[in-house]
Amino acid sequence: MGTESDIKLINEDGTRIDGRTAEELRPIKIETNVLNRADGSALIEWGGNKILAAVYGPREAYPKHTQDINRAIVKCKYNMAAFSVDERKRPGPDRRSIEISKVVSEALTAAIMVEKFPRAQVDVFIEVLQADAGTRIAGLTAASVAVAAAGIPMRDFVVGCTAGKVEGKIVLDLCKEEDNFGEADLPVAVMSNSGKVVLMQMDGSLSLDEFNQATEMIVRATKVINQIQRDALSAKYAASMEGGE
Amino acid sequence: MQESMLLSKNKGIVLPGDSVDLEGLKSRNGIYKSGENEYRSEFFGVVQVGEEFVDVVSFAGTYMPRRGDKVVGKIIEIGPSMWIVDINSPYTSLLHINDCPWRVSSGDLKRFMKPGDYVYAKIMSMNEIKESWITLKDVGLRKLEGGSVISIPPPKVPRIIGKGGSMVNMIKDSTQTRIMVGQNGHIWVDGAPENISVAVEAIRLVETEAHTTGLTDRVAEFLKSRKGETVGN
Repeated sequence: MGTESDIKLINEDGTRIDGRTAEELRPIKIETNVLNRADGSALIEWGGNKILAAVYGPREAYPKHTQDINRAIVKCKYNMAAFSVDERKRPGPDRRSIEISKVVSEALTAAIMVEKFPRAQVDVFIEVLQADAGTRIAGLTAASVAVAAAGIPMRDFVVGCTAGKVEGKIVLDLCKEEDNFGEADLPVAVMSNSGKVVLMQMDGSLSLDEFNQATEMIVRATKVINQIQRDALSAKYAASMEGGE
Repeated sequence: MQESMLLSKNKGIVLPGDSVDLEGLKSRNGIYKSGENEYRSEFFGVVQVGEEFVDVVSFAGTYMPRRGDKVVGKIIEIGPSMWIVDINSPYTSLLHINDCPWRVSSGDLKRFMKPGDYVYAKIMSMNEIKESWITLKDVGLRKLEGGSVISIPPPKVPRIIGKGGSMVNMIKDSTQTRIMVGQNGHIWVDGAPENISVAVEAIRLVETEAHTTGLTDRVAEFLKSRKGETVGN
């Protein structure tokens, strides 16, 4: 964030480094039930991101002292593969992935009806195979689809998007260069029907006006992304209607 | 939102959080109240409008024990006075020696049932933290000897049973097998090996096409086409 560079992130005609306009998303593709062992799973391809989300449970929570007598706990594990970034990432949990696991668990806990499963846990594994900025949001978007595919009761769908400030301009869905050399990054996740915010983090700084502009953009974009989530789930159903697996 | 409202009628697909049009009926499973006269789906599944109730039936999911349900459970552990039984749910269940049909003295449980044995049992009681106790003391409940157990997603169990048991009885009659369907998605099938395999295929057919209509006819046709392969007919 804010690293100095000579790269021109916004062209004279207003388009961005990858040719998108300020409020244009990268292409998103979601496929559900890609893993046989998981209760629910999803693969998301969001621009250059390739992320697998797998959901197991609800099952009895272990170790036993983590059990909550009133509700289920959502244990999320976000992990980046060693080969997911340009320079090899040292495998294993680090400060960043522990933080992302925490915020993603909390975002999903808001949507999942945890009070229906006392003493249980829902495991969510987010494996980043290829990273290209916005992996926490892409992972959460895929995880939400995987939870629905697992048949776990949810109040609402979780859908997220990022926005940021690049060369003084507010743009939607930052790509890697914009994330590295831009001035701010704002990942937000909301519940699709109620519009409640379940995740919001900010890196860099935005003025109040810029912040409002960015959140408005994000809310508009989540509608589009939510439709992709819905289509991904229903597509599998339509395929099974024709007799396929 | 309007789209999902349209879909809700007549067995449409809904996603979690979609509003469900109750059409003046009462909500039952898979639907939660989100506001005054506003009902939403809990699951990714199909809306089923009955005579009195509207349900959302999920495509997948785990079994949640309910009092009175008959389940096929697997003994996984032996305690001093209880068997611990896996009932294909997030929570294990307990079978106390007083609730089994034999006179068992404490510490002598493994003479009657060992880990790996299956039982057809009824859920006797359950508390608010989902601890449950099962019993073998009722008509038709017993330890399951022989046969084999297959597993299907619990939300599809009602289709396997059919209206008043029509589907499972049809499979039983035409394949000459004995079948016990647990509400938890475990199904015990016993009979000649050839017959078992045909019955299992029929069950798998119901499983993959559980959300479609006119299923009984298709299964009847399937069973007719495989009749030559079963013995005892």
